[in-house]
Amino acid sequence: MRIPLSHIAHARSGDKGDTVNIGVIAFWTEDYEILVRELTPSRVKAYFGDLVQGKVERYELPNLGALNFLLHEALGGGGTLSLRVDAQGKTFGAALLRLEIDV
Amino acid sequence: MIRIANGQGFWGDWLEAPVRLVEQGPIDYLALDYLAEITMSIVQKQKQADANLGYARDFPPLIARIAKRIRESGVKVVANAGGVNPVACAREVRRLAPDLKVAVVLGDDLFDRIPELLTRGHLMKNMETGEPLSAISGSILSANAYIGAFPVAEALATGSDVVIAGRCTDTALALAPMVHAFGWQPGQYDLLAAGTIAGHIIECGAQCTGGNCQVDWPSIPDFANIGYPIVEADPDGSFVVTKHAGTGGRVHSDTIKEQLLYELGDPRNYITPDCVADFTSIKLYDEGENRVRVSGIRGGSRPEMLKVSVSYAWGFKAIGTLVYSWPQALEKAQAADRIVRERLAQLGLQFDEIHTEYLGVNACHGPAAPPVADVPEVQLRIGVRGSDRKAVDRFTRELVPLVLNGPPTATGFGDGRPPVREVVAYWPALLARDEIRTRVEVVE
Repeated sequence: MRIPLSHIAHARSGDKGDTVNIGVIAFWTEDYEILVRELTPSRVKAYFGDLVQGKVERYELPNLGALNFLLHEALGGGGTLSLRVDAQGKTFGAALLRLEIDV
Repeated sequence: MIRIANGQGFWGDWLEAPVRLVEQGPIDYLALDYLAEITMSIVQKQKQADANLGYARDFPPLIARIAKRIRESGVKVVANAGGVNPVACAREVRRLAPDLKVAVVLGDDLFDRIPELLTRGHLMKNMETGEPLSAISGSILSANAYIGAFPVAEALATGSDVVIAGRCTDTALALAPMVHAFGWQPGQYDLLAAGTIAGHIIECGAQCTGGNCQVDWPSIPDFANIGYPIVEADPDGSFVVTKHAGTGGRVHSDTIKEQLLYELGDPRNYITPDCVADFTSIKLYDEGENRVRVSGIRGGSRPEMLKVSVSYAWGFKAIGTLVYSWPQALEKAQAADRIVRERLAQLGLQFDEIHTEYLGVNACHGPAAPPVADVPEVQLRIGVRGSDRKAVDRFTRELVPLVLNGPPTATGFGDGRPPVREVVAYWPALLARDEIRTRVEVVE
Protein backbone atom coordinates (compact mmCIF):
# COMPACT_ATOMS: atom_id res chain seq x y z
CA MET A 1 0.00 0.00 0.00
CA ARG A 2 1.29 3.50 -0.82
CA ILE A 3 0.67 6.35 1.60
CA PRO A 4 2.10 9.84 2.11
CA LEU A 5 4.88 9.96 4.68
CA SER A 6 2.72 12.37 6.70
CA HIS A 7 0.48 9.43 7.74
CA ILE A 8 3.21 7.88 9.87
CA ALA A 9 5.67 10.69 10.62
CA HIS A 10 6.17 14.35 11.42
CA ALA A 11 9.15 16.56 10.66
CA ARG A 12 11.00 19.77 11.41
CA SER A 13 13.64 21.42 9.23
CA GLY A 14 16.18 24.18 9.66
CA ASP A 15 19.46 25.52 8.32
CA LYS A 16 23.17 25.52 8.96
CA GLY A 17 24.86 27.69 6.36
CA ASP A 18 23.93 26.37 2.92
CA THR A 19 22.79 23.03 4.39
CA VAL A 20 19.21 22.10 5.30
CA ASN A 21 18.58 19.55 8.03
CA ILE A 22 15.31 17.63 8.17
CA GLY A 23 14.38 15.60 11.23
CA VAL A 24 11.76 12.97 10.37
CA ILE A 25 10.06 11.37 13.38
CA ALA A 26 7.76 8.32 13.41
CA PHE A 27 4.50 8.86 15.32
CA TRP A 28 4.73 5.25 16.55
CA THR A 29 8.17 3.76 17.22
CA GLU A 30 7.20 0.51 15.46
CA ASP A 31 7.11 2.49 12.19
CA TYR A 32 10.74 3.60 12.56
CA GLU A 33 11.91 0.62 10.49
CA ILE A 34 9.66 1.77 7.63
CA LEU A 35 11.38 5.16 7.69
CA VAL A 36 14.80 3.48 7.60
CA ARG A 37 13.74 1.29 4.67
CA GLU A 38 11.87 3.89 2.60
CA LEU A 39 13.75 7.13 3.20
CA THR A 40 17.11 6.43 1.62
CA PRO A 41 19.42 9.40 1.02
CA SER A 42 19.28 8.88 -2.75
CA ARG A 43 15.47 8.89 -2.72
CA VAL A 44 15.35 12.09 -0.68
CA LYS A 45 17.84 13.75 -3.03
CA ALA A 46 15.84 12.72 -6.09
CA TYR A 47 12.61 13.96 -4.50
CA PHE A 48 13.94 17.50 -4.06
CA GLY A 49 15.47 17.57 -7.57
CA ASP A 50 17.44 20.70 -8.43
CA LEU A 51 16.52 22.31 -5.11
CA VAL A 52 19.38 20.29 -3.59
CA GLN A 53 22.66 20.75 -5.48
CA GLY A 54 24.92 18.77 -3.11
CA LYS A 55 24.82 15.37 -1.47
CA VAL A 56 22.25 14.08 1.04
CA GLU A 57 23.47 12.42 4.26
CA ARG A 58 21.34 10.41 6.70
CA TYR A 59 21.80 9.78 10.43
CA GLU A 60 19.77 7.35 12.55
CA LEU A 61 18.30 8.07 16.01
CA PRO A 62 16.43 4.86 16.91
CA ASN A 63 16.00 6.12 20.48
CA LEU A 64 13.70 8.85 19.15
CA GLY A 65 12.27 6.82 16.25
CA ALA A 66 13.80 9.45 14.02
CA LEU A 67 16.10 10.06 11.06
CA ASN A 68 18.13 13.22 10.49
CA PHE A 69 18.91 14.26 6.91
CA LEU A 70 21.50 16.81 5.86
CA LEU A 71 20.82 18.30 2.42
CA HIS A 72 23.95 20.10 1.25
CA GLU A 73 23.97 23.12 -1.07
CA ALA A 74 20.22 23.50 -0.75
CA LEU A 75 19.70 27.17 0.15
CA GLY A 76 21.15 29.21 -2.69
CA GLY A 77 24.27 30.10 -0.69
CA GLY A 78 22.51 30.06 2.68
CA GLY A 79 22.16 32.64 5.43
CA THR A 80 22.28 36.23 4.27
CA LEU A 81 23.51 35.33 0.76
CA SER A 82 20.35 33.40 -0.15
CA LEU A 83 17.77 35.02 -2.42
CA ARG A 84 15.17 32.36 -1.64
CA VAL A 85 11.96 33.12 0.28
CA ASP A 86 12.67 30.06 2.43
CA ALA A 87 16.29 31.03 3.04
CA GLN A 88 16.37 29.04 6.31
CA GLY A 89 14.85 25.83 4.92
CA LYS A 90 11.93 26.03 7.33
CA THR A 91 9.50 24.32 4.92
CA PHE A 92 11.63 21.42 3.64
CA GLY A 93 10.27 19.13 6.37
CA ALA A 94 6.69 19.73 5.33
CA ALA A 95 7.66 19.13 1.68
CA LEU A 96 9.14 15.74 2.51
CA LEU A 97 5.97 14.65 4.32
CA ARG A 98 4.21 14.56 0.95
CA LEU A 99 6.53 11.80 -0.33
CA GLU A 100 4.66 8.56 -1.13
CA ILE A 101 6.06 5.50 0.62
CA ASP A 102 5.29 1.76 0.61
CA VAL A 103 4.00 0.28 3.86
CA MET B 1 16.28 20.77 41.72
CA ILE B 2 16.65 24.10 39.92
CA ARG B 3 14.29 25.65 37.38
CA ILE B 4 15.81 27.24 34.28
CA ALA B 5 13.50 29.02 31.86
CA ASN B 6 14.17 30.39 28.39
CA GLY B 7 12.32 33.62 27.56
CA GLN B 8 13.92 34.63 24.28
CA GLY B 9 14.90 32.38 21.37
CA PHE B 10 16.45 35.16 19.28
CA TRP B 11 16.69 38.96 19.23
CA GLY B 12 13.19 39.86 18.13
CA ASP B 13 11.34 37.06 19.93
CA TRP B 14 8.13 37.81 21.87
CA LEU B 15 8.73 40.71 24.29
CA GLU B 16 6.11 39.46 26.78
CA ALA B 17 7.63 35.99 27.19
CA PRO B 18 10.35 36.78 29.77
CA VAL B 19 7.97 39.00 31.75
CA ARG B 20 5.37 36.25 31.96
CA LEU B 21 7.99 33.67 32.94
CA VAL B 22 8.95 35.64 36.05
CA GLU B 23 5.36 36.57 36.89
CA GLN B 24 3.34 33.42 36.27
CA GLY B 25 5.17 30.84 38.36
CA PRO B 26 8.41 29.90 40.09
CA ILE B 27 11.74 29.87 38.25
CA ASP B 28 15.33 30.19 39.50
CA TYR B 29 17.14 31.22 36.33
CA LEU B 30 15.95 33.11 33.27
CA ALA B 31 18.04 32.43 30.15
CA LEU B 32 17.73 34.84 27.23
CA ASP B 33 19.32 34.06 23.87
CA TYR B 34 19.82 37.14 21.69
CA LEU B 35 22.62 36.32 19.30
CA ALA B 36 22.32 34.77 15.88
CA GLU B 37 25.40 34.63 13.67
CA ILE B 38 24.32 37.67 11.69
CA THR B 39 23.57 39.66 14.86
CA MET B 40 27.27 40.08 15.68
CA SER B 41 27.94 42.10 12.52
CA ILE B 42 24.95 44.36 13.22
CA VAL B 43 26.08 45.16 16.75
CA GLN B 44 29.67 45.64 15.57
CA LYS B 45 28.50 48.34 13.13
CA GLN B 46 26.51 50.01 15.93
CA LYS B 47 29.62 50.05 18.13
CA GLN B 48 31.70 51.59 15.35
CA ALA B 49 29.13 54.39 15.08
CA ASP B 50 28.82 54.85 18.86
CA ALA B 51 31.29 53.37 21.36
CA ASN B 52 28.48 53.07 23.94
CA LEU B 53 26.45 50.70 21.72
CA GLY B 54 27.06 47.25 20.23
CA TYR B 55 24.71 45.07 22.29
CA ALA B 56 21.07 43.87 22.24
CA ARG B 57 19.29 47.15 22.91
CA ASP B 58 16.02 45.46 23.90
CA PHE B 59 17.72 43.87 26.90
CA PRO B 60 18.27 46.76 29.39
CA PRO B 61 14.63 47.99 29.12
CA LEU B 62 13.43 44.40 29.67
CA ILE B 63 15.55 44.11 32.82
CA ALA B 64 14.19 47.45 34.03
CA ARG B 65 10.67 46.10 33.51
CA ILE B 66 11.29 42.94 35.59
CA ALA B 67 13.87 44.34 38.05
CA LYS B 68 11.55 44.54 41.06
CA ARG B 69 10.26 41.05 40.47
CA ILE B 70 13.68 39.42 40.12
CA ARG B 71 14.97 41.26 43.20
CA GLU B 72 12.05 39.95 45.26
CA SER B 73 12.12 36.39 43.95
CA GLY B 74 15.88 35.94 43.58
CA VAL B 75 15.68 34.95 39.91
CA LYS B 76 19.06 35.19 38.18
CA VAL B 77 19.16 36.34 34.55
CA VAL B 78 21.71 34.80 32.16
CA ALA B 79 21.87 36.38 28.69
CA ASN B 80 24.20 36.65 25.71
CA ALA B 81 22.86 40.16 25.20
CA GLY B 82 26.33 41.71 25.41
CA GLY B 83 27.08 41.39 21.71
CA VAL B 84 30.45 43.06 21.11
CA ASN B 85 30.10 45.44 24.06
CA PRO B 86 28.99 43.58 27.22
CA VAL B 87 30.34 46.31 29.52
CA ALA B 88 28.25 49.03 27.86
CA CYS B 89 25.23 46.74 28.05
CA ALA B 90 25.86 46.17 31.76
CA ARG B 91 26.25 49.91 32.41
CA GLU B 92 22.90 50.59 30.73
CA VAL B 93 21.26 47.86 32.84
CA ARG B 94 22.78 49.43 35.97
CA ARG B 95 21.55 52.87 34.90
CA LEU B 96 17.98 51.62 34.45
CA ALA B 97 18.02 49.19 37.42
CA PRO B 98 20.56 50.53 39.95
CA ASP B 99 19.63 47.97 42.63
CA LEU B 100 20.82 45.00 40.57
CA LYS B 101 24.30 43.50 40.67
CA VAL B 102 25.55 42.86 37.13
CA ALA B 103 28.51 40.78 35.92
CA VAL B 104 29.93 40.43 32.42
CA VAL B 105 31.86 37.64 30.71
CA LEU B 106 34.65 38.95 28.47
CA GLY B 107 37.20 37.44 26.12
CA ASP B 108 35.14 36.07 23.24
CA ASP B 109 35.64 39.15 21.06
CA LEU B 110 38.61 38.56 18.72
CA PHE B 111 38.00 41.45 16.31
CA ASP B 112 41.05 43.46 17.39
CA ARG B 113 43.22 40.34 17.61
CA ILE B 114 42.67 39.02 14.06
CA PRO B 115 45.80 40.65 12.51
CA GLU B 116 47.95 39.29 15.37
CA LEU B 117 46.39 35.80 15.14
CA LEU B 118 46.95 35.70 11.35
CA THR B 119 50.54 36.88 11.75
CA ARG B 120 51.20 34.11 14.25
CA GLY B 121 50.07 31.54 11.71
CA HIS B 122 46.47 30.79 12.69
CA LEU B 123 44.83 30.18 9.31
CA MET B 124 41.21 30.12 10.57
CA LYS B 125 40.13 28.37 7.36
CA ASN B 126 36.48 28.56 6.37
CA MET B 127 34.97 25.30 7.64
CA GLU B 128 32.80 25.02 4.52
CA THR B 129 35.21 26.08 1.74
CA GLY B 130 38.69 25.55 3.26
CA GLU B 131 39.82 29.07 2.29
CA PRO B 132 42.19 30.79 4.78
CA LEU B 133 40.82 33.84 6.60
CA SER B 134 43.55 36.04 5.09
CA ALA B 135 41.48 35.99 1.85
CA ILE B 136 38.89 38.33 3.41
CA SER B 137 40.92 40.02 6.14
CA GLY B 138 40.21 43.46 4.65
CA SER B 139 36.43 43.10 4.90
CA ILE B 140 35.98 41.51 8.33
CA LEU B 141 33.20 43.14 10.38
CA SER B 142 33.25 40.99 13.52
CA ALA B 143 35.05 37.95 14.95
CA ASN B 144 33.98 36.09 18.07
CA ALA B 145 34.87 32.76 19.63
CA TYR B 146 32.04 30.63 20.95
CA ILE B 147 32.73 30.21 24.66
CA GLY B 148 31.16 27.59 26.88
CA ALA B 149 29.36 27.37 30.20
CA PHE B 150 32.25 27.57 32.69
CA PRO B 151 33.04 31.30 32.29
CA VAL B 152 29.30 32.02 32.57
CA ALA B 153 29.08 29.89 35.73
CA GLU B 154 32.06 31.83 37.11
CA ALA B 155 30.05 35.02 36.59
CA LEU B 156 27.08 33.51 38.44
CA ALA B 157 29.44 32.73 41.33
CA THR B 158 29.90 36.49 41.90
CA GLY B 159 26.34 36.50 43.25
CA SER B 160 25.16 38.85 40.52
CA ASP B 161 21.48 39.20 39.63
CA VAL B 162 22.25 39.57 35.93
CA VAL B 163 25.04 37.88 33.97
CA ILE B 164 25.76 39.30 30.51
CA ALA B 165 27.91 37.38 28.05
CA GLY B 166 28.91 38.11 24.49
CA ARG B 167 29.19 35.19 22.08
CA CYS B 168 28.72 32.24 24.40
CA THR B 169 26.97 29.20 22.94
CA ASP B 170 23.18 29.20 23.15
CA THR B 171 23.28 25.97 25.15
CA ALA B 172 25.70 27.45 27.71
CA LEU B 173 22.93 29.75 28.96
CA ALA B 174 21.13 26.72 30.42
CA LEU B 175 24.19 24.61 31.26
CA ALA B 176 25.92 27.39 33.24
CA PRO B 177 23.27 27.53 36.01
CA MET B 178 23.60 23.74 36.43
CA VAL B 179 27.40 23.96 36.60
CA HIS B 180 27.05 26.75 39.16
CA ALA B 181 24.29 25.22 41.31
CA PHE B 182 25.43 21.58 41.23
CA GLY B 183 29.20 22.12 41.20
CA TRP B 184 29.70 20.16 37.99
CA GLN B 185 33.35 20.05 36.91
CA PRO B 186 35.12 20.11 33.55
CA GLY B 187 35.46 16.52 32.38
CA GLN B 188 32.13 15.29 33.82
CA TYR B 189 31.05 14.78 30.25
CA ASP B 190 27.79 12.89 30.78
CA LEU B 191 26.50 15.65 33.07
CA LEU B 192 27.74 18.43 30.81
CA ALA B 193 26.13 16.74 27.80
CA ALA B 194 22.83 16.48 29.70
CA GLY B 195 22.89 20.20 30.49
CA THR B 196 23.87 20.96 26.89
CA ILE B 197 20.91 18.99 25.54
CA ALA B 198 18.61 20.73 28.03
CA GLY B 199 19.96 23.96 26.59
CA HIS B 200 19.36 22.80 23.02
CA ILE B 201 15.75 21.96 23.86
CA ILE B 202 14.93 25.39 25.32
CA GLU B 203 17.24 27.66 23.30
CA CYS B 204 14.56 28.40 20.70
CA GLY B 205 11.98 29.39 23.28
CA ALA B 206 8.45 28.22 22.46
CA GLN B 207 9.63 26.01 19.60
CA CYS B 208 9.67 23.16 22.17
CA THR B 209 6.34 24.06 23.81
CA GLY B 210 4.07 23.77 20.77
CA GLY B 211 5.34 26.53 18.50
CA ASN B 212 6.07 25.45 14.90
CA CYS B 213 4.94 21.92 15.79
CA GLN B 214 3.55 19.73 13.01
CA VAL B 215 1.74 17.23 15.22
CA ASP B 216 -1.97 18.10 15.03
CA TRP B 217 -1.21 21.82 15.29
CA PRO B 218 -4.89 22.97 15.34
CA SER B 219 -5.33 21.09 18.63
CA ILE B 220 -2.48 22.93 20.39
CA PRO B 221 -4.18 25.11 23.03
CA ASP B 222 -4.09 28.89 23.24
CA PHE B 223 -1.14 29.91 21.03
CA ALA B 224 -1.88 33.54 22.00
CA ASN B 225 -0.76 32.82 25.56
CA ILE B 226 1.86 30.18 24.78
CA GLY B 227 4.07 29.23 27.71
CA TYR B 228 7.84 29.39 27.22
CA PRO B 229 9.91 26.40 28.35
CA ILE B 230 11.17 25.59 31.83
CA VAL B 231 13.74 22.88 32.63
CA GLU B 232 13.56 21.35 36.10
CA ALA B 233 17.12 20.09 36.41
CA ASP B 234 18.44 17.56 38.91
CA PRO B 235 22.08 17.16 39.98
CA ASP B 236 22.27 13.70 38.37
CA GLY B 237 21.79 15.17 34.89
CA SER B 238 18.19 14.12 34.39
CA PHE B 239 15.62 16.84 33.87
CA VAL B 240 11.98 17.57 33.12
CA VAL B 241 10.84 19.99 30.42
CA THR B 242 7.62 21.81 31.33
CA LYS B 243 5.94 25.24 31.29
CA HIS B 244 3.97 27.32 33.77
CA ALA B 245 0.47 26.04 34.65
CA GLY B 246 -2.35 27.85 32.87
CA THR B 247 -0.28 28.91 29.87
CA GLY B 248 -0.97 27.92 26.26
CA GLY B 249 0.97 25.53 24.08
CA ARG B 250 1.93 21.92 24.67
CA VAL B 251 4.92 20.08 26.10
CA HIS B 252 4.92 16.49 24.89
CA SER B 253 7.56 14.05 23.70
CA ASP B 254 6.44 14.93 20.14
CA THR B 255 7.20 18.64 20.58
CA ILE B 256 10.50 17.81 22.32
CA LYS B 257 11.58 15.42 19.56
CA GLU B 258 10.96 18.04 16.88
CA GLN B 259 13.12 20.54 18.75
CA LEU B 260 15.85 17.96 19.48
CA LEU B 261 16.21 17.46 15.72
CA TYR B 262 16.13 21.18 14.91
CA GLU B 263 19.36 22.38 13.28
CA LEU B 264 21.02 19.10 14.22
CA GLY B 265 24.04 17.70 12.35
CA ASP B 266 25.64 14.36 13.28
CA PRO B 267 23.56 13.33 16.32
CA ARG B 268 26.48 11.50 17.99
CA ASN B 269 28.78 14.51 17.69
CA TYR B 270 27.04 17.66 18.91
CA ILE B 271 30.17 19.70 19.59
CA THR B 272 30.30 22.44 22.22
CA PRO B 273 33.25 24.05 24.03
CA ASP B 274 32.46 21.94 27.14
CA CYS B 275 31.70 18.46 25.76
CA VAL B 276 30.44 16.47 22.80
CA ALA B 277 26.82 15.44 23.38
CA ASP B 278 25.35 12.20 22.02
CA PHE B 279 21.72 12.69 20.91
CA THR B 280 21.33 8.93 20.31
CA SER B 281 21.52 8.38 24.08
CA ILE B 282 18.49 10.52 24.96
CA LYS B 283 15.51 8.82 26.63
CA LEU B 284 12.16 10.65 26.75
CA TYR B 285 9.20 9.82 28.98
CA ASP B 286 5.84 11.61 29.15
CA GLU B 287 5.46 11.62 32.93
CA GLY B 288 2.42 13.91 33.08
CA GLU B 289 0.47 16.59 31.29
CA ASN B 290 2.98 19.07 29.81
CA ARG B 291 5.85 17.25 31.54
CA VAL B 292 8.53 15.31 29.65
CA ARG B 293 11.36 13.63 31.55
CA VAL B 294 14.73 13.45 29.76
CA SER B 295 17.43 11.04 30.95
CA GLY B 296 20.18 8.62 29.96
CA ILE B 297 22.35 11.23 28.22
CA ARG B 298 25.98 10.44 27.47
CA GLY B 299 28.76 12.77 26.44
CA GLY B 300 32.38 12.74 25.29
CA SER B 301 35.53 14.84 25.55
CA ARG B 302 35.54 18.53 24.82
CA PRO B 303 37.27 19.65 21.60
CA GLU B 304 40.76 21.20 21.48
CA MET B 305 39.60 23.76 18.91
CA LEU B 306 36.84 26.30 19.49
CA LYS B 307 34.53 27.59 16.80
CA VAL B 308 35.03 31.19 15.74
CA SER B 309 32.28 33.13 14.03
CA VAL B 310 33.57 35.79 11.62
CA SER B 311 31.32 38.10 9.64
CA TYR B 312 32.48 40.08 6.63
CA ALA B 313 31.14 42.49 4.02
CA TRP B 314 30.27 40.44 0.93
CA GLY B 315 28.36 42.78 -1.40
CA PHE B 316 24.74 43.74 -2.08
CA LYS B 317 21.37 42.25 -2.85
CA ALA B 318 17.81 43.32 -3.59
CA ILE B 319 14.58 41.35 -3.85
CA GLY B 320 11.44 42.71 -5.50
CA THR B 321 7.93 41.38 -5.99
CA LEU B 322 4.89 41.88 -8.23
CA VAL B 323 1.53 40.11 -8.08
CA TYR B 324 -0.29 38.79 -11.19
CA SER B 325 -3.94 37.76 -10.98
CA TRP B 326 -6.00 35.14 -12.84
CA PRO B 327 -6.23 34.28 -15.68
CA GLN B 328 -2.86 32.74 -16.62
CA ALA B 329 -1.25 34.32 -13.55
CA LEU B 330 1.76 32.01 -13.64
CA GLU B 331 2.33 32.44 -17.38
CA LYS B 332 2.22 36.23 -17.01
CA ALA B 333 4.65 36.15 -14.08
CA GLN B 334 7.01 33.93 -16.08
CA ALA B 335 6.81 36.32 -19.03
CA ALA B 336 7.59 39.26 -16.72
CA ASP B 337 10.66 37.40 -15.43
CA ARG B 338 11.94 36.89 -18.98
CA ILE B 339 11.40 40.61 -19.73
CA VAL B 340 13.31 41.73 -16.61
CA ARG B 341 16.22 39.42 -17.42
CA GLU B 342 16.36 40.64 -21.03
CA ARG B 343 16.36 44.30 -19.93
CA LEU B 344 19.12 43.65 -17.36
CA ALA B 345 21.19 41.92 -20.06
CA GLN B 346 20.68 44.84 -22.47
CA LEU B 347 22.04 47.16 -19.76
CA GLY B 348 25.12 44.93 -19.52
CA LEU B 349 24.67 44.45 -15.77
CA GLN B 350 26.57 41.61 -14.11
CA PHE B 351 25.28 39.73 -11.08
CA ASP B 352 26.56 36.83 -9.02
CA GLU B 353 23.04 35.39 -9.17
CA ILE B 354 19.54 36.25 -10.40
CA HIS B 355 16.92 34.09 -8.70
CA THR B 356 13.20 33.94 -9.50
CA GLU B 357 10.41 32.32 -7.49
CA TYR B 358 6.64 32.08 -7.95
CA LEU B 359 4.90 32.37 -4.57
CA GLY B 360 1.65 30.46 -4.55
CA VAL B 361 3.04 27.88 -6.97
CA ASN B 362 6.35 26.31 -5.93
CA ALA B 363 8.58 28.84 -4.18
CA CYS B 364 8.97 26.82 -0.98
CA HIS B 365 8.93 23.22 -2.17
CA GLY B 366 10.34 23.46 -5.70
CA PRO B 367 10.01 20.20 -7.66
CA ALA B 368 8.28 18.60 -4.64
CA ALA B 369 5.26 20.92 -5.00
CA PRO B 370 2.32 19.36 -6.86
CA PRO B 371 1.30 20.87 -10.22
CA VAL B 372 -1.45 23.47 -9.97
CA ALA B 373 -4.22 24.52 -12.35
CA ASP B 374 -4.86 28.16 -13.30
CA VAL B 375 -4.28 29.70 -9.85
CA PRO B 376 -6.15 32.85 -8.69
CA GLU B 377 -2.92 34.83 -8.26
CA VAL B 378 0.86 34.44 -8.16
CA GLN B 379 3.52 36.60 -6.56
CA LEU B 380 6.59 36.99 -8.77
CA ARG B 381 9.69 37.37 -6.61
CA ILE B 382 12.99 38.23 -8.29
CA GLY B 383 16.24 38.70 -6.38
CA VAL B 384 19.73 39.67 -7.48
CA ARG B 385 23.03 39.56 -5.64
CA GLY B 386 26.38 41.05 -6.64
CA SER B 387 29.40 43.06 -5.60
CA ASP B 388 28.44 46.12 -7.69
CA ARG B 389 26.04 48.29 -5.71
CA LYS B 390 25.11 50.34 -8.79
CA ALA B 391 24.03 47.25 -10.72
CA VAL B 392 21.87 46.05 -7.83
CA ASP B 393 20.36 49.53 -7.50
CA ARG B 394 19.55 49.61 -11.24
CA PHE B 395 17.74 46.26 -10.91
CA THR B 396 15.43 47.73 -8.25
CA ARG B 397 14.10 50.16 -10.90
CA GLU B 398 13.15 47.42 -13.37
CA LEU B 399 10.10 45.89 -11.69
CA VAL B 400 7.51 48.65 -11.22
CA PRO B 401 7.57 49.75 -14.91
CA LEU B 402 6.20 46.30 -15.82
CA VAL B 403 2.86 47.34 -14.33
CA LEU B 404 2.35 49.56 -17.39
CA ASN B 405 4.69 48.10 -20.00
CA GLY B 406 4.43 44.31 -19.46
CA PRO B 407 1.81 41.56 -19.23
CA PRO B 408 -1.64 42.55 -17.87
CA THR B 409 -3.03 42.46 -14.28
CA ALA B 410 0.21 43.29 -12.43
CA THR B 411 -0.36 44.76 -8.98
CA GLY B 412 1.16 44.75 -5.50
CA PHE B 413 3.71 47.48 -6.31
CA GLY B 414 2.52 49.92 -3.66
CA ASP B 415 5.81 50.01 -1.73
CA GLY B 416 7.71 51.18 -4.80
CA ARG B 417 11.12 49.82 -5.64
CA PRO B 418 12.76 47.45 -3.19
CA PRO B 419 15.69 48.55 -1.00
CA VAL B 420 19.32 47.63 -1.77
CA ARG B 421 20.66 45.66 1.18
CA GLU B 422 24.25 45.12 2.23
CA VAL B 423 25.10 41.43 2.41
CA VAL B 424 27.12 40.45 5.44
CA ALA B 425 28.37 36.90 5.03
CA TYR B 426 29.40 34.45 7.68
CA TRP B 427 32.76 32.66 7.95
CA PRO B 428 32.87 29.74 10.41
CA ALA B 429 36.39 28.77 11.49
CA LEU B 430 38.29 26.98 14.26
CA LEU B 431 40.92 28.31 16.66
CA ALA B 432 43.00 26.56 19.32
CA ARG B 433 41.18 26.95 22.64
CA ASP B 434 44.25 28.14 24.56
CA GLU B 435 44.12 31.33 22.46
CA ILE B 436 40.79 32.22 24.09
CA ARG B 437 41.21 33.79 27.52
CA THR B 438 37.96 34.66 29.25
CA ARG B 439 37.47 36.77 32.36
CA VAL B 440 34.60 37.94 34.54
CA GLU B 441 34.01 41.49 35.78
CA VAL B 442 31.35 42.90 38.08
CA VAL B 443 30.25 46.23 36.59
CA GLU B 444 29.69 49.02 39.12
